[in-house]
Amino acid sequence: MKKVYAREQYCINCRLCEVYCKTNHSKSKDVVKAYKKESPSPVSRISVYGDSKASVAVNCRHCDDPACVKACIAGAMTKDKKTGIVSVNESKCIGCMTCLAVCPIGCIKISNTAVKCDLCSGEEPACVKNCPNKALVWLEVGGGAK
Amino acid sequence: MINYIPREFDIVRDRERCIDCGCCVRQCGFDCHYFDDDGKTVVADSTRCVACHRCVDLCPTGALSIRKHVCDYKDNANWTPRIQQEICRQAATGGVLLSAMGNPREYPIYWDKILLNASQVTNPSIDPLREPMEIRTILGRKPEKLTAVKKGKSQTEMPPQVMLETPIMFSAMSFGSISLNAQKTLAIAAKNLGTLFNTGEGGLHPELSDWSDYAVVQVASGRFGVHKEYLNNSKFIEIKIGQGAKPGIGGHLPGEKVTVEVSNARMIPEGSDAISPAPHHDIYSIEDLRQLIWSLKQATNNEKPISVKIAAVHNIAAIASGVARAGADIVVIDGYRGGTGAAPTRIRDNVGIPIELALAAADQRLRDESIRSRVSLVAAGSFRCSSDIVKAIALGADACYVASAPLIAMGCHMCQKCNTGICNWGIATQRPELTRRLNPEIAHERVENLINAWNHEIKEIMGGMGINSVDSLRGNRLMLRGIGLSDKELEILGIKHAGE
Amino acid sequence: MLKEGQVRIPSGCAIAAIIDKKGERINGSEIIKSIALMHDRSNGLGGGFAAYGIYPEHANDYAFHVFYDSAQSRKECEDFLFKHFNVDVSEKIPTRKTEKIGLGPDIWRYFALPNKVRMSESRLDEEEYTAQCVTHINTSIDGAFVFSSGKNMGCFKAVGYPEDVGEFYMLDQYEAYLWTAHGRFPTNTPGWWGGAHPFNILDWSIVHNGEISSYDANRRYIEQFGYKCTNQTDTEVITYLFDHLIRHHGLPIDVAADVLTAPEWDEIDNMPAEKKEYFTNLRAIYSGALVNGPFSVILGSNKGLLAINDRLKLRSLTAAVKGNRAYFASEESAIRIVCPDPDEVWSVSGSEPVFIPLELDEKEGSAK
Repeated sequence: MKKVYAREQYCINCRLCEVYCKTNHSKSKDVVKAYKKESPSPVSRISVYGDSKASVAVNCRHCDDPACVKACIAGAMTKDKKTGIVSVNESKCIGCMTCLAVCPIGCIKISNTAVKCDLCSGEEPACVKNCPNKALVWLEVGGGAK
Repeated sequence: MINYIPREFDIVRDRERCIDCGCCVRQCGFDCHYFDDDGKTVVADSTRCVACHRCVDLCPTGALSIRKHVCDYKDNANWTPRIQQEICRQAATGGVLLSAMGNPREYPIYWDKILLNASQVTNPSIDPLREPMEIRTILGRKPEKLTAVKKGKSQTEMPPQVMLETPIMFSAMSFGSISLNAQKTLAIAAKNLGTLFNTGEGGLHPELSDWSDYAVVQVASGRFGVHKEYLNNSKFIEIKIGQGAKPGIGGHLPGEKVTVEVSNARMIPEGSDAISPAPHHDIYSIEDLRQLIWSLKQATNNEKPISVKIAAVHNIAAIASGVARAGADIVVIDGYRGGTGAAPTRIRDNVGIPIELALAAADQRLRDESIRSRVSLVAAGSFRCSSDIVKAIALGADACYVASAPLIAMGCHMCQKCNTGICNWGIATQRPELTRRLNPEIAHERVENLINAWNHEIKEIMGGMGINSVDSLRGNRLMLRGIGLSDKELEILGIKHAGE
Repeated sequence: MLKEGQVRIPSGCAIAAIIDKKGERINGSEIIKSIALMHDRSNGLGGGFAAYGIYPEHANDYAFHVFYDSAQSRKECEDFLFKHFNVDVSEKIPTRKTEKIGLGPDIWRYFALPNKVRMSESRLDEEEYTAQCVTHINTSIDGAFVFSSGKNMGCFKAVGYPEDVGEFYMLDQYEAYLWTAHGRFPTNTPGWWGGAHPFNILDWSIVHNGEISSYDANRRYIEQFGYKCTNQTDTEVITYLFDHLIRHHGLPIDVAADVLTAPEWDEIDNMPAEKKEYFTNLRAIYSGALVNGPFSVILGSNKGLLAINDRLKLRSLTAAVKGNRAYFASEESAIRIVCPDPDEVWSVSGSEPVFIPLELDEKEGSAK
């Protein structure tokens, strides 16, 4: 499956991936409205760690055998057999944060429910599309990141 | 202390659109943008803004714009605000004014006063989409004549030749003055375009050895990074005598830019200023140049053409002829608008002559001496678009060197702060957090797109003239007409006035 | 109005040629018939002929044909000519009165050989000496113009339609083994006799149809080597290119033709190694001599006849052979009217020059 890979040598700490992730997961899909008008405020599913010297964007790895799916007590976290995407069914999620605790990457966030990367449902993810320096790439697994 | 100089720009933030994401804060290498005391609201200090537009171009909501800061002085056509500000800067520092990029002053740009021809009726124009349109260019010394006793077999002993698939090359920019990523970008683009990049006086970084077939390696007065392997890892060798942006003076790479990598490539201690002397201390005359040319040929087993780059100065035609006669295979003339990473402002703005006049004079002089067809003539010093290139070739150039244009393609906004070592676009800097911003994967495509676009335009213009090979454009001054030029200017350019 | 040489005047044209490679002479009426058929391709502003083998009795002398605007210019020119050459015959070229040819210059002919003493003082060989003298007259003596300077050959040209020019010069009285003809369609009209074709220097004569777009590149290339393009015509510059390549660089005539009409790089890149090297070297060395734009050119000389066409085949040129004779013309009909039943007819290709060598007996004259 195609996943998002980060290349830290090109990450420039602009954090636009966060901005565009948040926007793409907003109701309006408009940057200004997503930030200023919408309530609850949409949550970015990708986070850049580091500073100007070294930084990298982190999001869900969509593991082959996801700990979060195993740990979910509500059956809200599932891995789609066809696409491989791990996603949360927000109507089932009870906000217990178990997934957050077991995720080895630390990429699950909590709003009212668990929130995580859904790979923009299979289209080129917004974070990749809008990365100004190709620090994020969308590649087939096994292709590896350069 | 009072700064006697008003700021240059105002950073204008549309609060309606700003989402306080902080992208501008993290991108400005001059620290103009910052989070206010609340840690959330982004504000800006315009005094340090250089109008590089990094924040404007990356702002996800388009909330930023840069305006010229208006602060009028009392009218004075002589003591202009610029002159007054320069005096204040010198009063504060006691130093020589430094600038970067090419001469920005209002001197005539002759390219804009030359018009091109097109075919009508008596001679058909050629459609470049239907017919082959050749821009392949061959540089290097040519024998006097072909030796062939019969058709189809050449018995000519050819000196080394350089075949380019476009008459456009990338001019010298050293690793040190620009980042490795910027140089790598040019190297990749040169390979894919079938042309050459130029190492400048900075040595060849080991990471670029894969592209040595597309490299012109420079030997300048500091001899930085010059060794046998360096000379042999090249397509041709260029002796830099002068540079259009600063004729008559050497170079100065401040110690802050001399990182470990730069120091290795240049073979100088880390952190030391890299100072190229004004003259080559083994060239005090034309016969010394001849010796250096022959030494370099010996060091490379006569396999590399040697070019000599000179700045366009008053007596350029005679100097070019002397250089050709001293054994240079390629003569490069760099006009006064040529760029630089750092030059004293007074020199940049007042020394040298326009490339258009220098090129025309040198080409004619070489013809008057019957040696034009033996050597290659390359023009440098600010080619802004394809029509500038076409005009230069018609005046007599074999090929043109471009540098500023590809830098702009990479992101340069001509803020002219290369000499500070801070470049928000990752080009003219060695700071890793900034150089990282220039991803060669993206940049080489942009540079290639630019040159390919120019190639298309050159072909289109040639087709309109009824010419299908750049060979027939070279020196074809009948394809040019001056507009609004004096008789003397027309005479030097060797062209007629429009309407004649 | 500025005349040719003071201003560059592009022109279109008709061209024709006949050669008998064994040296059998052909009457001038033949070539007149051929060029006359293409009457509409010229506009009455220039016509001319070159004829080889017409002066067997003076085969070793240079035959100078000269236009004079005035008695003064003739005096000046003859002073120069008699000083630099031993002139055997000096005469007016016989012409026939015809209404169709307007008032023109005085037309004289001289058979002469270089003055040995002066030539040795000049340290030039015979051809170079003669060529430089001709250039001197044409550039420095006002009102005098040498329009023909070869051996055992002559050009005849005037302002008018070519068939009328032929009648004017009484070409039906001449016999030649190689004829070329030209009808001119200049796009500007100063009507100067010297501007008509063929253009000639020494043995070389050129008739040309087209307007080359590489003109100034070629002019500035050739002027490096002592030539002065005083006429500013394509024909002049092409003649000088051939003269330079063949006489100064010693290239065989078909190699010189390759220089002017070199194949495209796409083609060269796919050639076998030896041929690829040949064309790559040739294009690298002679980039300034590549001729571009529409042209068809017939080059006459005592070596034979060469026909070349532009690389894109923008101008028409048809060739035909019948026995020992070869025919060339801008239009096929102009061949068929003098040779209704040729063995072979073809369109001259852009990248393949056609060369018909003259195979004369030694006694036939200077041709080798």
